[in-house]
Amino acid sequence: MDLAVIWFLLIAVLWTGYLALEGFDFGVGMLLPILGKGRDADDTEKRRRVMINTIGPVWDGNEVWILTAGGATFAAFPHWYATLFSGFYLPLLLILVALIVRNMGFDYRGKRASATWKARWDLAIIVGSFVPALLWGVALTNVVRGVPIDEHMEYTGNLFTLLNPVGLLGGLTFVALFLTHGAYFIALKTAGPIREDARAFATKSGLAAAGLAVILLLVLGITRGSIWSWLTTVVAAVALLASIASNLRGKEGFAFTGTFVTIAFAVATYFFMLYPNVMPSSTKDAWSLTIHNASSTDYTLKIMTIAAVVFTPIVLLYQGWTYWVFRKRISVEQIPAAQDPGHVPAAVR
Amino acid sequence: MDALDLARWQFAITTVYHFLFVPITIGMSAIVAYFHIQWVRTKTPEYLRLAKFFGKLFTINFALGLVTGIVQEFQFGMNWSDYSRFVGDIFGAPLAFEALLAFFLESTFLGLWIFGWGRLPEKLHALTMVAVHIGTVLSAYFILAANSFMQNPVGYKFNPDSGRAEMTDFLAVLTNKVQLVTFPHVITSCYMTGGAMVMGVSLWLMLKKKHAADHSMYRRSARIGAWVSLVASIGVMVTGDIQGKIMTEVQPMKMAAAEALYETKTNAGFSIFTIGSLDGSKEIFSIRIPGLLSFLATGNFHDQVEGINQIRPQEQALAQKVTERYGAEVGKLAYDKTYTPNIPGSYWSFRLMIGLGALSSLLSLITLWGTRKDASPASRWWKHIAIWSPLLPVFAISFGWIFTEIGRQPWIVYGVMTTASGVSPSVSAANVFISMVVYTLLYAALAVVEVKLFTDYVKKGAEAVEEPKSPDEMSDDSQLQFAY
Ligand code: HDD
Ligand code: HEM
Ligand code: HEM
Repeated sequence: MDLAVIWFLLIAVLWTGYLALEGFDFGVGMLLPILGKGRDADDTEKRRRVMINTIGPVWDGNEVWILTAGGATFAAFPHWYATLFSGFYLPLLLILVALIVRNMGFDYRGKRASATWKARWDLAIIVGSFVPALLWGVALTNVVRGVPIDEHMEYTGNLFTLLNPVGLLGGLTFVALFLTHGAYFIALKTAGPIREDARAFATKSGLAAAGLAVILLLVLGITRGSIWSWLTTVVAAVALLASIASNLRGKEGFAFTGTFVTIAFAVATYFFMLYPNVMPSSTKDAWSLTIHNASSTDYTLKIMTIAAVVFTPIVLLYQGWTYWVFRKRISVEQIPAAQDPGHVPAAVR
Repeated sequence: MDALDLARWQFAITTVYHFLFVPITIGMSAIVAYFHIQWVRTKTPEYLRLAKFFGKLFTINFALGLVTGIVQEFQFGMNWSDYSRFVGDIFGAPLAFEALLAFFLESTFLGLWIFGWGRLPEKLHALTMVAVHIGTVLSAYFILAANSFMQNPVGYKFNPDSGRAEMTDFLAVLTNKVQLVTFPHVITSCYMTGGAMVMGVSLWLMLKKKHAADHSMYRRSARIGAWVSLVASIGVMVTGDIQGKIMTEVQPMKMAAAEALYETKTNAGFSIFTIGSLDGSKEIFSIRIPGLLSFLATGNFHDQVEGINQIRPQEQALAQKVTERYGAEVGKLAYDKTYTPNIPGSYWSFRLMIGLGALSSLLSLITLWGTRKDASPASRWWKHIAIWSPLLPVFAISFGWIFTEIGRQPWIVYGVMTTASGVSPSVSAANVFISMVVYTLLYAALAVVEVKLFTDYVKKGAEAVEEPKSPDEMSDDSQLQFAY
């Protein structure tokens, strides 16, 4: 196997890392208004804080997977990076803005006690989690489907080219999948009523995700499918159904692993459908960006391969360790008093 | 304005904005790590309070460094796709390394530090901030290596078949001689900024009656900050001096532009202040130090410094040579009408960098004097010092970058590709305009929120804190020691 193909696989691995990890924190963000609704204002606030604190220590590390995917695509497939990001300009802008306000929300929400301050950042977190979940789905689905690209590798469509029914279906599927993945995560990391609510919600959203995913993968598979992609489709579907079954039987760890596997195999399916292209042209087959015409030289790929082989396991090790450090469930009762710069504690100095 | 101008403005605005927060992150992470380690070592409660207090200010700042960095990562592909295609092999690698080696480290360990109270053993917890700091320094190394390639391309060859620059030696890219001096210059300037921030905040709190009880604690942190900033500023000047010589060698035009020197001169002077005609080509009034420019450029007061009018034809000839060798298609990448950067911009940004930096180290000196054993800063003037001391190095750094980047124009990769040929051909001016408006408004709003939050927490001062519980004292349902 040559290095360019290996890097095609590694880019798939990076996307898997990104979607499977940030997927659940997108889910948690989108679920704030649903699972974060308590008996009264105080309970609501506490529930929301529990939810945000389940992902508090890890969301930033999860997000670095997309930065790595971006950097690695730049280095390994410069044309892919250039065509994709200059072509999908406005959706990408929206994604970036959404990520910005969402991340600020996590960092700043708890730094003042004011209810309006919190409500505004909650909105930032909710919208900022929904928009990227939807738009990554739209974008990746369009990449697989093929978009208009000319002989100079330049994208010739516009924003509305991307908003076709299949692309939107891809977006909705991602949203449903991440909602489920996020709900499993909350069920796994919290104690008390939120946990019960999360499990009940996950069953419903899981069924919706399964329905959407089946239609999406059938539609894409008919035009783009290969034996391999059908195989991975089946694994993804089975894992999703198994996760719903585990959730019904109260096996939260299995359920979460299930959606993790579903996301990984969904990404695998997308990449099998792409192969040997990285961005098929819907204008003319010959103008497609392929693994070989879009890649960088063997020298660059070799260096990148060494780096990936040495450092990815180290990253996985310490990221895994973080999850271990924060393994305990948290509940509404454990949430300490809010911080506020206006409030000076009564404690004597 | 066309898409090119807009893309340039957008790059300038978003990077300068990103770099307002970056030096504070790099400098303060080191100082917070120091406070935390001192607490673990000595168990002096003051150090714990300082670690937590400056740690909070640090996280407020970090949040903005982080979100604005995300925009940078994708901006090359969005606005500069032809540039990305041309140099992706070389330029993409340090970016990927930065993410893999630095960003994972920074973000994961910052999460551990913020939420680690009561979850991590004490010593290990203090070390997580050290890991964050190492991450920030690594990130600076790789991104500066990428930038140094643009200043002085090395370790690559042009492949006429693919029409792209291809990497031949990664080590050469990482040890570019421009990089070897840029990195220490930038890192020391970041310590200067971090130190000045700690110093300014502490001074300010020392002046408040409300915090009188904590006077000695803030005096301690003010002096630590002042020392860090002062020592770092010496490093900045030493490396800056070396940089001047290397720059003269690899980019003579930038040095000429820095002094608005039109004609080659021996024993060239350095003007501290000049009033010139609008296009900068005629001098009306100036204060100059004889021989200093020659010294900055070559290390000798009498040596010759080349002028703009002499360098221009050299750069023109370069494009000519490329055209002869590889044909008009490739020659176009190196063709420009003027081969001259913006002269007033280069001239003033260079002076502002040095001047504001010098003022900043002066403030550190004054602070060290004013907080010596039996002195106490009391007069109203100290308030101005407290407020200006963090701002001066931040501005100095911005002007340093503005100088480096404007002085490189019209090249995006010096001597190889012009900025004009790097822009995305498929992106319309309207799209760049939309994103520019969006970023500018969003960044302005975020700045207001961050400055208000930051100053409110500064006003509150370092809270009295209880000794944090160790993980063994935590049961499954104890209250969390920290939560968002
Ligand atoms: C000399 C240092 C330096 C320079 C020149 C730049 N940055 Fe930066 N960047 C940092 C030093 C840094 C940092 C200290 O590592 C930051 C600042 C705050 C933070 O979160 O990390 C950071 C954050 C940061 C992040 C977010 C990382 C995360 O999620 O943890 C990204 C994606 C970038 N940067 C990308 C860039 C790009 C593409 C640049 C080039 C235009 C750039 N930065 C210039
Ligand atoms: C963070 C510190 C930096 C600052 C403050 C900064 C500032 C600037 C400014 C002011 C310009 C506009 C110059 C002009 O158009 O006249 C510019 C251009 C540019 N810089 Fe930087 N820069 C920084 C770091 C970097 C780094 C690290 C890279 C690459 C890795 C980079 C790549 C570029 C590119 C591609 C341009 C071309 C666009 C243009 O000419 O406007 N810059 N930068
Ligand atoms: C005696 C004082 C100084 C001298 C002689 C000096 C010299 C230089 C030179 C020659 C460059 C351009 C390098 C190039 O483009 O090749 C530069 C860039 C820069 N300077 Fe300074 N400098 C001084 C002080 C400062 C201070 C006080 C700061 C900030 C606190 C600072 C921050 C920067 C930054 C951020 C850059 C851009 C990055 C780089 O190219 O290194 N400098 N400086």
